[in-house]
Parts: sequence; structure tokens; C-alpha cells
Amino acid sequence: MLEINNLHVELEEEDKAILKGVNLSIKAGSVHAIMGPNGSGKSTLAYVLSGKGGYEVTEGSAKLEGVELLDMEPEERAAAGLFLAFQYPVEIPGVGNMTFLRTAVNAQRKARGEEELSAGDFLKVVREKGKALQIGSEMMKRPVNVGFSGGEKKRNEILQMAMLEPKMCILDETDSGLDVDAMKLVSEGVNALRDAGRSFLVITHYQRLLDHIKPDFVHIMANGRIIKTGGPELALEVEQNGYADILTEVA
Amino acid sequence: MAQLQAKQDALSARISGLDLCREGWTASLRADALTRLSAMGLPGKRDEYWRYTDPSSLTAVEAAPAAPFIAADEKMVFSGIDRLRIVFVDGVFDADVSDDLEMAGLEISRLADAADQHWARDVYGVLETQGQTPVQRPLAALNTAFATDGILIRATGQAKMPISLIYLHKSDTSDVILHHCIKVESGAELTILENGPAAARFNSVMEVDVADDGRFHHIRTQGRDHDRRAATHLFGRLGQESSFKSFTLTANGRMTRNEAVIEFTGDDAIAHVAGAAIGDGAFHHDDTVFVTHGAERCESSQVFKKVLKNGAVGVFQGKILVKSNAQKTDGYQISQALLLDGDSQFLAKPELEIYADDVQCSHGSTSGAIDEGALFYLRSRGVPEREAQSLLVLAFLAEALAEIEDEVLAEDVRIGMENWLARHGGA
Ligand SMILES: Nc1ncnc2c1ncn2[C@@H]1O[C@H](COP(=O)(O)OP(=O)(O)OP(=O)(O)O)[C@@H](O)[C@H]1O
Ligand SMILES: [Mg+2]
Repeated sequence: MLEINNLHVELEEEDKAILKGVNLSIKAGSVHAIMGPNGSGKSTLAYVLSGKGGYEVTEGSAKLEGVELLDMEPEERAAAGLFLAFQYPVEIPGVGNMTFLRTAVNAQRKARGEEELSAGDFLKVVREKGKALQIGSEMMKRPVNVGFSGGEKKRNEILQMAMLEPKMCILDETDSGLDVDAMKLVSEGVNALRDAGRSFLVITHYQRLLDHIKPDFVHIMANGRIIKTGGPELALEVEQNGYADILTEVA
Repeated sequence: MAQLQAKQDALSARISGLDLCREGWTASLRADALTRLSAMGLPGKRDEYWRYTDPSSLTAVEAAPAAPFIAADEKMVFSGIDRLRIVFVDGVFDADVSDDLEMAGLEISRLADAADQHWARDVYGVLETQGQTPVQRPLAALNTAFATDGILIRATGQAKMPISLIYLHKSDTSDVILHHCIKVESGAELTILENGPAAARFNSVMEVDVADDGRFHHIRTQGRDHDRRAATHLFGRLGQESSFKSFTLTANGRMTRNEAVIEFTGDDAIAHVAGAAIGDGAFHHDDTVFVTHGAERCESSQVFKKVLKNGAVGVFQGKILVKSNAQKTDGYQISQALLLDGDSQFLAKPELEIYADDVQCSHGSTSGAIDEGALFYLRSRGVPEREAQSLLVLAFLAEALAEIEDEVLAEDVRIGMENWLARHGGA
């Protein structure tokens, strides 16, 4: 599904290297988790994959189903099936949440040569999927993320993911700021989407999310590289001992 | 002194080809206006409220040519609305395409053929004269003196549909002066729609006298001609518990100066003036608004938004004057520009002058670029860049658009904005 090869990334403004040769291969249907100390480059990886400006790729490639992502515009990547649930979802005053979602769904359908959803059909699907995430019509009427609590913002990200049905889902700290019940809702939302044709890359600091969303692989990122890969037990190890042992082990 | 002489010389040149109507009930009012105008001369670049906008194309002897804009595939704004249509083609009333000037609850006549004993005697040039202090508005006085036509409407009841003034522009060199008088009597309600570029150069005055408990709504779109020029004045006088709401959409136009001069004379009245301007390239748009609070517990709001690209220039000058007797005044003023590139420019001069001690007034002015974070968020969900920009531009304009109370009319104006955005590369 996703093949990242020797990816090197610098900041455009200053000559600062953030990613220093990331290699990652994610097969269709699998769930990978990335953990790692603050500032190690996890969000940067997610942003670069989804096409955010301000970064310069100096080396390497990232292919989605064999197609180079790094040459595409952000909207093309989305239409190709990539989705990022933001660590910090963006507030957009003046744009209604419903309008935003419908515009996004129909833009992607159009880009893929599919027919746009009618207002009625769209509403039906949104209601149904929103219900599972406890997002009611009141939240749909409000401007995108404006005045949403931290947890509401994260649930809103998962609703977008559920509506857009991407192939490759990247979740950047979707668990942070969630209470126990919201964590369950979000995990159920993610698990409902698990499918042989869909892969997940879950960035998190905590083992707890991974109790709900069982990963096939866990990677540790430090200083712009993936320094260790293992099974779910690696997350437990981090939870108990922190990163110190792993960092000295590979150093 | 030399400056005044130059302004008066410019005035002599400007009016040498114009006829001063010496008959009928307006004759003495026009003569008075000419006297006022002669004392002031035409506006000059050094005048306090003309520093950001060069008046020369508005005061030149002849109008610079401007080709009409033809958008064959777009419906004209308000075309689907039930309304009474009054059509001017290059400033000339066109009876064939206008509706009969009749509606229950209204007296409608034309300035050019109004009978001698006319109610508008008490309005024509009266509000304009009051609006000459503390700031002179020579182009409005010129209008009162030389207007060739206009509409006079007296509302005594609830008008069942809007009056729609449609200004078609066909001749490249038309130079038009129209003057409208509106009197909304106690308890009456009226909506005026205006749309179209009117002429290569358009000077318009609308005087609106709203009596106690009267309600006046005004929604205007100024036409899409790229080279048209316009100087408009909207004068409002508000009685007790009355309301006055005006919204203007300006898309294109080489030069637009829209002045609104509002005076509260009765307590507990409301006046909202709003504008959305979108310009690409050779576009200079100036909103100059003066609100005088001379009564208690009145609420005024001014919301002006401009979207500028490719060197377009936006100007906002807004003054709220709260007199010493105007206690419990609630004044709100915001002017904002969205600059879509580094070439465009927004100049703002917000002013508050408050002589009462128990008032609540806020004002703010900002200009900024499009929010890159929001743009990326939209694109990351698959919305193409152009469409994402349009969404953000419409979101920026939304606060001004929200000033249109009628949802159907608001939707019509919003579609007009979308059409413009579609033509102008997303934004
Ligand atoms: N636009 C930017 N300008 C300056 N520094 C940046 C920028 N983007 C990333 N960085 C820096 O790059 C490094 C990696 O940041 P990144 O956000 O990817 O870390 P992270 O692993 O997601 O951390 P966290 O766990 O705290 O979310 C940090 O040192 C950060 O300060
Ligand atoms: Mg991060």
C-alpha cells in the first residue's frame, strides 16, 4: 500500500534536516503504529506524505500503490486515497462543517470520475456515521472545528475519515485529549473501517490506544529515523521503560 | 486660497455642459445646491477624505470610456425575485421594460416628471445638505443640482415586494446623474434593490428619510463592468425605533466611491451598513461612512469586507460620532481586507468621536492573507486549491453577507459572489 524509501526532509526556510532517511513499508490491510519522543519527526512524516508546504524533500520517495505521492498536489493525494487525521485539526470560521464535508466528498468523487452524491443521500450517510461518533446535527451546522472541544475535534476527524473512505489512513495523535469514553468511540470508528484493502499508520504516545486498535507492527522513531521495529509488545516496553533503553541500545 | 480657486475652476469646467433645470418644484432646490457646490468647488486630492482615493476621474469634464461587461451565461442578480422593476438604460428611464409604477402602500413617481406639489420637496437635497457638515461632499451637491432623473417613493404601508432599480449600461461613454428620494412613513416598510453598472460614469444619490417605526432595507450590487466609475451617496435619517439596513456588493469597476451618511434623530433606532467588495487588477474601491448618533439607545453597525488581488486597492474611512446626548449608544465597526497577493493594498481610517459618557463602541480594522493552514486542511481533504480558496473567500465575506436579512436575497447575492470567484481563478 505505502512504500517509503530513504526519505530525507529539510525545512524550506532554514537548512534544518528533520527526517534523515525514513524507510517504511505498509501492506494492504495492516495496521502500523509509530511511537517516539517529542520532536522526533512523526508529524513531519505525516505532513510530508499529505503534501503540506514548508518542507523540502531532499532524497527518497513515498509511493501509494506504486504511484509517487511526492509529485502530487495535496488534493490529488487525497483523491488517490490518502488521509491524515491531524494532530491539531484546523478551525475554519465561516465554513460550515456540513458544507465542508460535502464539498470534500464530492470533490474526491469528481476527481475519481464518480458521480457526486445528492444532498439527500449525503445527509443520510452523514447522519448515520455521525451518530456512531456522537456528532449530532448541531455540530454539523457549526463552522469547521470552531469552538469544538479537543475531543470533539478528534471525533470530527474520524467522521471525515469515515465519509471519505480512504485507503491509507494516517492518524496523528488522535488519542491525545480524549477521555476514556471518547477513546472507545474513536477506536470503534477506526476499527469499523478496518478492511483488507485499507491500511493504517497510527502515531501515538500511549499504549492505551493500541489496546483498542491492535497494530501489526510498532515502530520507534527518533531523531528523524525509524530506529526499531517490532510487534505490539514493543509498545508495552515503551510504556513501562520509556525510550532510554531503546535509544542507548541502537546508539 | 489657490487650492479653492483650482477646485472652483475645475467645477466651472465640469458643469459647463450640464443643464440646470429651472422649472418645477426642484428648481429652487437645485439652485441652492449649485450655490453650495460653487462655494465648495469639486473635491481635490488634498481634501482630508480624498487622500486615499484620487477624485480626478470622478470630477473630470468627461467620463472615460467603459465597455459594458457581458456575462451571457450568468443570470442577472435578483432576476428570480418577485419585484417591481424600474429600468434605466444609461440613466434614461425605459418604460417598455419597466413595470407600472404602482403598488399598494406606495406612491412612486419619477423625478423627471413629478407633479408640482410634491412630498419630496421636504427630502430632495435636504438630507444631502445636512450631510455636508462636518465633511463636505461636493459630488452629492453636484448631483442634487444636475440630476436628470430618479425615483421618488413614499411608503405609507407594507410594500408587498421590493422595488428593484435596474441600471443597464450600453453606451461606452455614458455619464449619468440620478437622484432618488425615499420616505418611509411611520410604521411602513420598504425594500429597495439596486443592480447594474448604470453607465461609464455614474453619480448617484439616494436620500432616505425613515420616520418613527419605519423599516428600510437596501440591497445593492454594482455591476461587473471592469472600467466603470461610480460615486454614490446614501443618506439616511432615522426616527424613533426605526431601522435602516443597507448592503452593497461591488465586484469589479475601475473606481467606486460609496459614501453612506447616517443620522439618528430618534431614540432606539437601528442602522446597519455593510459592504463586500471583490476586485482583481485595476480596481479601486472606497467605502466612506459617517454615522452620527444624536439620540439615545441607538445601535449602529458597519461591516465592510474587501477581497483584493493583482494590485487592487481598497479604502475604508469610517467615523462614528456620538453626541453628548446620545447615551447608551451601541456602535460597532469592522473593516477587513483579504489580500490575495502582495501587490494589493488596503487603506483604512477608522474614527470614533465620542462626547457621551455611557456608550459602548468598538471598532477594528485588519488586513491579512489567506489562512494557509485552513487552505491546506481543505486540500488535504481533496478540495482542489481553487475551490478551497473560494470557500475561504466566501467565509471571509460571510459576516457582511449576513447583514442581508432576507434569505432568498442573500442567497442571490452569494451566487453572484461565487460566479465572480469562478471567473477570477478561484479568488
Ligand atoms: N515548520 C517548522 N518550523 C520549525 N521547526 C519545525 C517545523 N516543523 C517541524 N519542526 C521541528 O521538527 C522537529 C520534528 O517535529 P514534529 O512535529 O515532526 O515532531 P513529532 O515527532 O510529531 O513530535 P510530538 O510528539 O511532540 O508531536 C521538531 O524539532 C520541530 O520543532
Ligand atoms: Mg507530532
